[in-house]
Amino acid sequence: MQRTLTRQNTIDPLGALLSLIGCAALFLLPFVVFKMNRVVPGTARPLLQILPPWAVFGFYAAMLLVAVIALIFASARARLIASLVGVTVLITMIGVAGDALTPAGNQVVRVSPGAAFWILLLCLGLMTADAITRLRPGPGLRVLFLVLFATVAALVLSSGLLDHLSIMREYQVNAGVFAREARQHVLLALGSVSAAVLVAVPAGILCHRVPRLRAGMLGTLNLIQTIPSIALFGILMVPLGALAAAVPGVATVGIRGIGAAPAVLALFLYSLLPIVANTIVGLGRVSSATVDAARGMGLTAWQILTDVELILAFPVILTGIRIVLVQNIGLVTVAALIGAGGFGTFVFQGISQTAIDLVLLGALPIVALAFSSAVLLDALVEALNRPAR
Amino acid sequence: MIEITGLCKHYGATTVVDHVSISIARASITVVVGTSGSGKSTLLRMINRLVEPSSGHVVIDGKETADEPPHLLRRRIGYVIQGHGLFPHRTVAENIATVPKLLNWKATRIQARVDELLQIFQLEPKEYAGKYPHQLSGGQQQRVGVARALASEPNVLLMDEPFGALDPIIRGKAQDDLRDIQRRFSTTIVLVTHDIDEAFRLGDHVAVMSRGQMLQYDVPEKLLTRPADPFISRLTGTGDRAMKLLSLTTAGEVAEAGAAEGPTVLASATLRDVLSELLWRGATAATVINADGSRCGQLTLAGILAHGRPR
Repeated sequence: MQRTLTRQNTIDPLGALLSLIGCAALFLLPFVVFKMNRVVPGTARPLLQILPPWAVFGFYAAMLLVAVIALIFASARARLIASLVGVTVLITMIGVAGDALTPAGNQVVRVSPGAAFWILLLCLGLMTADAITRLRPGPGLRVLFLVLFATVAALVLSSGLLDHLSIMREYQVNAGVFAREARQHVLLALGSVSAAVLVAVPAGILCHRVPRLRAGMLGTLNLIQTIPSIALFGILMVPLGALAAAVPGVATVGIRGIGAAPAVLALFLYSLLPIVANTIVGLGRVSSATVDAARGMGLTAWQILTDVELILAFPVILTGIRIVLVQNIGLVTVAALIGAGGFGTFVFQGISQTAIDLVLLGALPIVALAFSSAVLLDALVEALNRPAR
Repeated sequence: MIEITGLCKHYGATTVVDHVSISIARASITVVVGTSGSGKSTLLRMINRLVEPSSGHVVIDGKETADEPPHLLRRRIGYVIQGHGLFPHRTVAENIATVPKLLNWKATRIQARVDELLQIFQLEPKEYAGKYPHQLSGGQQQRVGVARALASEPNVLLMDEPFGALDPIIRGKAQDDLRDIQRRFSTTIVLVTHDIDEAFRLGDHVAVMSRGQMLQYDVPEKLLTRPADPFISRLTGTGDRAMKLLSLTTAGEVAEAGAAEGPTVLASATLRDVLSELLWRGATAATVINADGSRCGQLTLAGILAHGRPR
């Protein structure tokens, strides 16, 4: 009892940092920004000018309460609930502000979340992540959390609460293209990773069996890894373009100097090193006594590989695949530059039009996608590691 | 019955096993003993062709091993290694079922065999069948390793330093258990060790190897009383050779008729143990009884001492 009391009275270091940053943002930075149209610079609007005082002070009070809980509460459950309530209040507030600032029927003005909103969202997000980590949930529970968050996010987005915000405006304008680019983004990332798995796992097995190949293989793949992505796209454009021009029929199946072909090829090349390296490490970790016993009992070479070595190495190989998948979801963005499509299309369109909301329409789904695949694959790796070790 | 003739293994210019020929009797334990690098493990691994012989023949029960695909040969020969080599991703029951599954046994037969072996190795099936190897103690893991090797009822069991990773107390128990199991299944066991005491304790025959050559292959007493090479005397040690010799004979084997005043000893006790008991009690003779309590005979101090020197 004494200990719990002392612990509850201690100031939480992360909580202190997040509260400080959050409060500073709340009081010093604009919460909501109003623009006459999507490209002109916006002006900050104080909340008290647009909403009734009770709502504004209620919002400030709620944020301060969350900050106090972050500061002194040790219970991870209380911190999680507080941060989730905080996020809910924050999102509701920005939706309400958007409604209040938009004249009825006006499609031209833009209401964007200001710096204070983003910083508060980041602080609350970190507090949530920290609370979940402190709860030490098992792999199944983490996936459940992810599904729960995704469902709530989908409900909020479809509820119309945020429809007057600039990002949602950009979405409404681009709704048809958005679905297409989303599918393209996922296809490019998953396709390149799948192709890489098919090549890299056998290559890793080969390197494990023939140690002489190891240095050369890893050295070459390392070299590829050091080429910046834009440069690699450029390098690949030339031979693929020449191939399409020289061989009839190649262009009709979609292989051209620009577009998806060089993008997938480049992502595929980047994916090889982590998977090959992890396959080698995973197979190397299998105890030689286990393999010797398997051979001594009369398993064939193929049975030893598939029933013993690859199964025991699988969690490590999967860790490599996880690294590559998250990396490729990010890299696909750049592939939009060579006409491969994906969420990067919005990012680069937005940059060229100085429409920051369009950039966010591309960037936020990429973050969500990368984050979700990381959580899913981490959970899978942990679940696989549990029974055997 | 394993007939090994002129077996050699060369790696480039190095000869690891040099023209070894021995004949191993059915249902006996042969212990191959030697220092590290003597070629004893290579000799063992050539029997199930984990190492392919450079020349020479291995014939098991009249069949030339070279005539059979190696993985099929290995499925009918049990194999146990130091550190057990259990599959960490499979349960105890699945580990034991490995070879029967490879041989396409029916599920019910596999289940029955797994339960039988677990009982024999004092691992309650209900409790242990579903456990993973890392949940077992070292001694239990070793027992599962031996059970796995015996699963398909092989006639021949090869063991490479099977007790090397166990602490001395568990090792003694494991050695006794192996003896019991060998008698129960009449398995022909070839066991490799560097531990001469283990060789004397388990071996019906002991083969001593050094630098790839088989120096002597004989019953244990002969290694003490008629060593074929000075290396063998060094290996067995001369300081306590009389005591070692006494430990090779049991009281029941040499008991004389009659009964004696003094302590009672079991017929299965070694002469070394009986001598120790007599010295401790200050007695000159002991009564020998069978395990069922019936009288077997008596042993005198002088009678015991007579067995402690070469004849």
